[in-house]
Amino acid sequence: MLHIVNKSPTAARSLESCLRMALPGHAVLLIEDGVYAATAGNSSEAQVRAAAGKVKFFALKPDLEARGMTTRALDNVTLVDYGGFVDLVAEHGTSNSWL
Amino acid sequence: MKKFMFINRKAPYGTIYALESLEVVLITATFDQDVSLVFMDDGVYELAKGQQTKDIGIKNFSPSYRALEGYDVEKLYVDADSLKARGLSEKDLLVPVEVLETAQMAELMAQQDVVLSF
Repeated sequence: MLHIVNKSPTAARSLESCLRMALPGHAVLLIEDGVYAATAGNSSEAQVRAAAGKVKFFALKPDLEARGMTTRALDNVTLVDYGGFVDLVAEHGTSNSWL
Repeated sequence: MKKFMFINRKAPYGTIYALESLEVVLITATFDQDVSLVFMDDGVYELAKGQQTKDIGIKNFSPSYRALEGYDVEKLYVDADSLKARGLSEKDLLVPVEVLETAQMAELMAQQDVVLSF
């Protein structure tokens, strides 16, 4: 399953709920304001690092760039472009958007 | 003259609030009022340096914060705790601001005639 999170971890509980329900081997794609969860120093960093052993994290690079956050991206998050977003959706059976 | 405060609490681009707030600030400034801007919670992300929006197809409006000075809007306040929770410091911001601790910010808010929240 591909979990998609588009809300900031410091403004909504979407990431928290997503990580509570994500199973080992699932992928989590951070997009829009969700990309702040992929940045070093954010209060959600420990949560993301802890879950990185269980799920694979991706973040949409254009959204990180728009927010000036590219250089702060965590090392255990893979950056993808829109083409990569399409590939992730195609690769995983079901997508779940945590709006 | 009245004291107007704009409180910005949302990250840019994910929603339209940050941009629309900026538009209202610029309009208010032309009415020659005492305007203050507050950036707290995810609002501090509005001022992050190095925004490049080409690949999401949305106009990068962050340079407009630098133009505020030209409209005599010079009172920009940032909440210290909000910066800290996001791993940011004053040097990560694209305009000069005054970073305030909670008690100072609360006092400043309480002194306003009009508060608009975005």
